[in-house]
Amino acid sequence: MDLDRLTQKSSEWLRGTGPESDVVVSTRIRLARNFAEFPFTTRIEEAAKAEVAARACECFEDLAIPAKLSYINVSTLDELDRQFLVERQLISRELSEGAGARGVAISNDEDIAIMVNEEDHLRVQVLRSGLTLDDCWKSMDEIDDAIEEQVAFAFHDQYGYLTACPTNVGTGIRVSVMMHLPALVQTREIQKVFHALQKINLAVRGLYGEGSQAMGDFYQISNQYTLGLSETQVINRVREVVPMILKYERRAREQMIEEKRQELHDHISRAYGVLSSAQTISSEETMHLLSSVRLGVNLGLIEDVSIPILNELFIQTQPAHLQKLKQKALNSAERNIARASLLRRRIAEAAE
Amino acid sequence: MKKCRRCQKPATLHITEVRKGDVTEIHLCETCARDYLEQTDSNPDSDPAAEFEFEKLPESDEETSSPADDRGCPHCGISFREFRSQGRLGCPYCYVEFKSDLIPLLQNIHGEVQHCGKLPRRAPDSSRRQHELLQLRNELKAAVDEEDYELAARLRDDIQAIEKQINSPAKSTDNE
Ligand SMILES: [Zn+2]
Ligand SMILES: [Zn+2]
Repeated sequence: MDLDRLTQKSSEWLRGTGPESDVVVSTRIRLARNFAEFPFTTRIEEAAKAEVAARACECFEDLAIPAKLSYINVSTLDELDRQFLVERQLISRELSEGAGARGVAISNDEDIAIMVNEEDHLRVQVLRSGLTLDDCWKSMDEIDDAIEEQVAFAFHDQYGYLTACPTNVGTGIRVSVMMHLPALVQTREIQKVFHALQKINLAVRGLYGEGSQAMGDFYQISNQYTLGLSETQVINRVREVVPMILKYERRAREQMIEEKRQELHDHISRAYGVLSSAQTISSEETMHLLSSVRLGVNLGLIEDVSIPILNELFIQTQPAHLQKLKQKALNSAERNIARASLLRRRIAEAAE
Repeated sequence: MKKCRRCQKPATLHITEVRKGDVTEIHLCETCARDYLEQTDSNPDSDPAAEFEFEKLPESDEETSSPADDRGCPHCGISFREFRSQGRLGCPYCYVEFKSDLIPLLQNIHGEVQHCGKLPRRAPDSSRRQHELLQLRNELKAAVDEEDYELAARLRDDIQAIEKQINSPAKSTDNE
């Protein structure tokens, strides 16, 4: 697959459609799977690792699923291209920075991504727009069955699917819902809501899953237990908490509108103003302002730009995306200029 | 039901903490949990174990590691000590080799030690049915907890039907 082609298009999960998409940006399910006859990736010899990758590729070629997958050999990509895939949520930082034979198979819509030789031999991901737990699982279950027709997975009657890290053993499933919660952040209720969640065994992470500080008010809620519950039970646990968070966020939004509509409108309009006219802008400020504008659009305070475009801009203003767009390496100051120029252009086009 | 670590009231919150590679689980009542959260909230780097007695993993409790930690998995060669320091097992067989050390660890991380999710399609019919049973029993437990007795009754019927099937090999499609 030609990576440059990806820069021209947008991923399925950014479409801004699907249930509750004013708050729920996307739903992601991933499964961890290992080939039965090889050591795990952390303990494997280079030749065997290459064999795992070769077998995975062979299996992807005629996988009995509706989508067609293209394999990208990550070990031959330069750093910029790897970073580009990380920004698009197609591979993890761990895979990007790993060594030896490794890659990712992705579908045209980028809703399916199967990492090869990450921490586990296979990490299958299904990522869709909105709150679409059942759709994602149905698709995932199909993919898993299709792979399993060709490959014997490491499985144990008591422990289930065996994974390199015992925190993933059993179902190997991670169910995540990404939510945009600007009102809870602004009213400072977020810590309360999430600290409670985190401690009842649902994990909370920021947009890029690294630090604790969520960028642009995006939070990802996911399960931690993978053993002792069926896949459906895990999905239902995540499903059960989403309405509660939705309710809190919407209530905080209503409250902001009722109590300080003018102040809020001013704040959002200024954010829009900066994004549509700045000459140089950092990634951090961009995230922050895009988040305000996204809230403004959902509250009907701004009509000149759509949610899908805002969703895309969160990704396209990332460093590797800007450099792919300009087709050359840019330093931080140059990126800030390129970012501002992209924002001005996209927002002007949207407002036409 | 587990009791609160601090005051012995029934524990309603189960907190899994991962600190510097150590997995610990604490069970608290709502009041104590609120104190705990405030404490970790205001100072995330503090060690709440000072006030809240942590239930440490059996392994990490040992001050000197036992010689058993040095034995290696016959398939991949990793020792349990290495696993403990890097948090990753070496191969599928490690789960069998280190069983006695892993069970308490899994219990701590997941609160359960028996898989009850999906089964590979190649699994023999007999283990498929065993798993189906496990899954149904799990659902039954949840239904009873939620006082959904209608669902519970239906699940009990399903369980009985499968148990009957398992006990009458004549009807079984299993070749073994
Ligand atoms: Zn208590
Ligand atoms: Zn091993």
